[in-house]
Amino acid sequence: MAKLIWLCLQFIMLYSTVEAVFEDQVGKFDWRQQYVGKVRFSHFDSHVQSSKKVLVATENNVFASLNTRTGELFWRHVDKTGPEGNIDALLQHGQDAVLVVGNGRLLRSWEINIGGLNWEVVLDSGSFQSACLVGQQDTVKHVAVLKKTVISLHYLSNGHQKWIENLPERQAVYSGGNGEVYALGVVPHSHIAIVAYSLEDGEIIKQISVEAPWLSKIQASCSVIDQGMLTCVDPATVSLYMLDLHLQSQMTQIPLQSLGLEVTPGFQPVLVSTQPNPARPPLSEFLLQLGPEHHLLLQLNNGHIVTLRDFKPAMLVSFATTGEKTVAAVMSPKNKTACSINLFSGETGRRLLDTTLIFNMDPNGGKPEKLYIQAFLKKDDSVGYRVMVQTEDHTLTFIQQPGRVMWTREEALSDVVTMEMVDLPLTGTQAELEGEFGKKADGLMSMVLKRLSSQLILLQAWIAHLWKLFYDARKPRSQVKNDVTIENLSRDEFNLQKMMVMVTASGKLFGIDSKTGSILWRHYLNNISSNPAFKLMVQRTTAHFPHPPQCTLLIKDKDTGLATLHVFNPIFGKTSHISPPALTQPILQSLMLPLMDQDYAKVLLLVDDQYKVSAFPSTKNVLQQLQEMASSIFFYLIDSSQGRLSGYRLRTDLSTELIWEVVVPTEVQRIVSVKGKRPNEHVHSQGRVMGDRSVLYKYLNPNLLAVVLESTDLHQERSFVGILLIDGVTGRIIHEAVQRKARGPVHVVHSENWVVYEYWSTKSRRNEFSVIELYEGMELYNSTVFSSLDRPHAPQVLQQSYIFPSSISTMEATLTEKGITSRHLLIGLPSGGILSLPKMFLDPRRPEIVTEQSREENLIPYAPELLIRTEWFINYNQTVSRVRGIYTAPSGLESTCLVVAYGLDIYQTRVYPSKQFDVLKDDYDYMLISSVLLALFFATMISKRLAEVKLLNRAWR
Amino acid sequence: MARPLPFKIAVVSSVLFIVCTNFVRCNNGRKVGDVMDTEFSGFSVPLEHSFEVDDVAKFRVRGALVLKAGREPSVSLTQSQLSEEDRTKLKEVAAVDGLYRVRVPRVFLQADRQTERQMEGYLTAFVRACAMVESHLSDVISLHTDVSGYLIGVSIVTLPGACRGTEVEDEVDLEVFNTTLSIMAPVNAPGPETALFLERMEMESEKKGKNPQEQKSFFAKYWYLILGGAIFLMVTNSAQPPAGGGREQS
Repeated sequence: MAKLIWLCLQFIMLYSTVEAVFEDQVGKFDWRQQYVGKVRFSHFDSHVQSSKKVLVATENNVFASLNTRTGELFWRHVDKTGPEGNIDALLQHGQDAVLVVGNGRLLRSWEINIGGLNWEVVLDSGSFQSACLVGQQDTVKHVAVLKKTVISLHYLSNGHQKWIENLPERQAVYSGGNGEVYALGVVPHSHIAIVAYSLEDGEIIKQISVEAPWLSKIQASCSVIDQGMLTCVDPATVSLYMLDLHLQSQMTQIPLQSLGLEVTPGFQPVLVSTQPNPARPPLSEFLLQLGPEHHLLLQLNNGHIVTLRDFKPAMLVSFATTGEKTVAAVMSPKNKTACSINLFSGETGRRLLDTTLIFNMDPNGGKPEKLYIQAFLKKDDSVGYRVMVQTEDHTLTFIQQPGRVMWTREEALSDVVTMEMVDLPLTGTQAELEGEFGKKADGLMSMVLKRLSSQLILLQAWIAHLWKLFYDARKPRSQVKNDVTIENLSRDEFNLQKMMVMVTASGKLFGIDSKTGSILWRHYLNNISSNPAFKLMVQRTTAHFPHPPQCTLLIKDKDTGLATLHVFNPIFGKTSHISPPALTQPILQSLMLPLMDQDYAKVLLLVDDQYKVSAFPSTKNVLQQLQEMASSIFFYLIDSSQGRLSGYRLRTDLSTELIWEVVVPTEVQRIVSVKGKRPNEHVHSQGRVMGDRSVLYKYLNPNLLAVVLESTDLHQERSFVGILLIDGVTGRIIHEAVQRKARGPVHVVHSENWVVYEYWSTKSRRNEFSVIELYEGMELYNSTVFSSLDRPHAPQVLQQSYIFPSSISTMEATLTEKGITSRHLLIGLPSGGILSLPKMFLDPRRPEIVTEQSREENLIPYAPELLIRTEWFINYNQTVSRVRGIYTAPSGLESTCLVVAYGLDIYQTRVYPSKQFDVLKDDYDYMLISSVLLALFFATMISKRLAEVKLLNRAWR
Repeated sequence: MARPLPFKIAVVSSVLFIVCTNFVRCNNGRKVGDVMDTEFSGFSVPLEHSFEVDDVAKFRVRGALVLKAGREPSVSLTQSQLSEEDRTKLKEVAAVDGLYRVRVPRVFLQADRQTERQMEGYLTAFVRACAMVESHLSDVISLHTDVSGYLIGVSIVTLPGACRGTEVEDEVDLEVFNTTLSIMAPVNAPGPETALFLERMEMESEKKGKNPQEQKSFFAKYWYLILGGAIFLMVTNSAQPPAGGGREQS
């Protein structure tokens, strides 16, 4: 075994390229942004006056603390995805934050300063209903957790259970600080049942049942105010119902009309109360929302309801408490682009002076959704505040008086669905030069003049650049800031800086500078459906000046199949003036053709469910081209529910005809994924040189599809994973392999002449990699052009498998400009690392027995295990949480590939799969080289002179 | 079988005839498929083809595939010659770069009873008709099954596969199909070869144990050279400052 390892190490040392980041290169070419997701609960840390923490618990199962001054993360805890890590409740008391996680499975307490876990207890099973802090005599020592049929009380200090009681179905728990815990439940359309427990031992103090035939959900419409006064609102009779939990057994009805109030028709009124201190009863003031923009501040005064203030129009209202003062913050619309926020005293409803704050709404953002107020007492005992506004597009904006935005967090970026990288445009001067070539020649003289003028402009720009360099050189380095703004965006020398266009699940689009990670533009699509699928396509690149680049986003509703197109400029984010066609039929397939219209926009074909094809753009020119090309345009459709793969050919009238059909029986297996090759991929080498100097040609079929099948039978003996390699034009099954005793999830990368996939082996209980390579053989059938219609010979298929020591989240291959650089696989691991695994380790030609020829070919001897070497992690310690996708893009340098990994975090870096063979190192010693050159030059001059003198002397002799 | 009169008639009327004959043959096709079911272990399904000038598929029987289920499924094909009228049509289709399509019904090979074998739907494939003509009807048809024995796909290629526009003068060349037929089940993908690898390792170590002097491996023999080389490399590498390392932030 030791021998084995030694051999492996030897070969790795000999053959692999060493890549690592030096300490001073950290953050130079890479950046990471950490997100938390859409906020569900948020609390400001208020136990210290000058605290700058805000706790957030999000829908992405993240619990984090943000710095209110900068918006950066203090700490973050990422729980499991899915319902297991779902955060049900967040309660805060002093330095502790109590979380109920996973539908009441776990109760956790966190220390909020450093984010350490105080304790964690596992709760009994049962679906979670509600939780509250329980206090007595001004101290809070317990937390009550109510599940469907059980209530338990835990100590805040250590999580130990004080008592647990079974009870019939209950929905809400309340404690007013008098040593009693109330569990409230409702039998829909019948009655409310209330049980009061003693805090000390869980003994039932009393049990009452009150008729309430109008009530169906207690949490939605009821709230406790004042000294245990349960108040409910009933939209049907438009009235409030009140019940004293201590005394009465009858609900009193107060029609809203008697208070002079009216509910907007069709609106469900909402009641909001506030309980600043869990050890004391809630305040007698409460908020009632009667319409989308109508709120009221009401007070319960000796059993009578008094209207303190009527807020209309008011979009959002929220309570906040500091010290003994409770205020209500009201956001009301000011004009189309701005809202104003004002504070009102909780007790009186008077407006507090100098508390107006203006919130400017981003025209490319969503509407405000929630308001979180951080109130504090100023030195003169008046109330000051800051506000965190959450908008529909998951953005958090933190604002200080009088409207200064301290920070914004684009939490939509925690859920990136798809992305593209677009080249930046040329600078104005470069474009000027380019434009010269694009235009039609109009006379010799004018051409000369044009050339001269553009050269002059170039000279001017160069001088300006030199001046800037000189100017900057005198300043200390830290002060020189190269802020990227949308105005000074331009392509760099090697095209390393690009625009990242990111599409998020919430429907917000972002344009991010790949060099710095700063968001340059954002655009919120506010009319998308609830369950959308996105496909982003670059129709026109920046290469066609003066035509602006153009991206098209296909937004498809997963439920109905109906789609819309959003056409925009990827550099500025502006919606294009080109109106996309209205798509009335569900769209089955979209494909980008290499055809271009007269404006250099690539043609997008959309196939609807009637198998009719529409083109975008659909100018006359395009339609004519399509007619000419129709017989060579093929596309495939996949219906995974029926296991049907079918191929179609375009007809000249833009209808289609079915030409091939492959049906995989769904009883046995289902189609999991289909992977084609990337259209922008270049393969430099047609073949591989063997040890005996002959060439093994690659089977480079651009139309090849890798179809992954998984068995429906999940029994570990019978489950299998199938790989079908199908030609997308002819439907010919090139290869069909089945991996027995294997299970998904299967991750596939398909590129050049190889397919790499990863699966779970149920037999050996481990993750395995398998690689399939296709070769034409020693001769090429037709070396000039590849046609799927004319490749009669089936390729040779080689396959090999390896053990991989970790499960993986996602996988992608590196991509370079010309495809000369060797390929690496970028593997996102669940641990947050991104591994760059050289493809040469996944090579089915790795020999079992080393021969002279295989050594000549630089093949690594076969070893069943792939090792994970720590220096292969391209993101060193920059963990990327929950990697969902990796995007690779070529740069202008052949050696360099740009990589973006996205998931909860976004990480951008560069990789050099074959090292930087085309770049001089940063610390290249120009001085030494030039001085050596100069010295040599002078040495030759001198020695030449000396030789001449010597020759002359000899001649004289 | 209905056969039209071999008259030279105008194109329009020939198309009409084709339509008529197709209809008749379509019916025949079903009958043939049913009749040719045989008692012995194999069973037969029709192989149908279609080639039309207007490219609207009208499938007619080309032959009968006899499939034999079992561990090693096998297939054989009996097919008739191409009629003269079909030959001219095939050439016409080839002239307009039409398609020559084939289809087989979906079947389940491992079923015991006939009723279970037949499934709804067909599997189709195509080649360019000109390739069919230029290869003198020599085609390679392969049927693909999945793990459990369902027929999932059919593929057809011609040999040679190219359309070079060469005229096929001799009508006789287009009479008889020269078909190579195969049925393919999925290949079992290899798993990681641990056993063999360990065996090899053991054997090597055994060899080394037996005869330590002669059977030394390359590395064992020349380790000092490699080590020396490695050290030399390391020294030369460390002599020149590594990329980016040690560079001052100035």
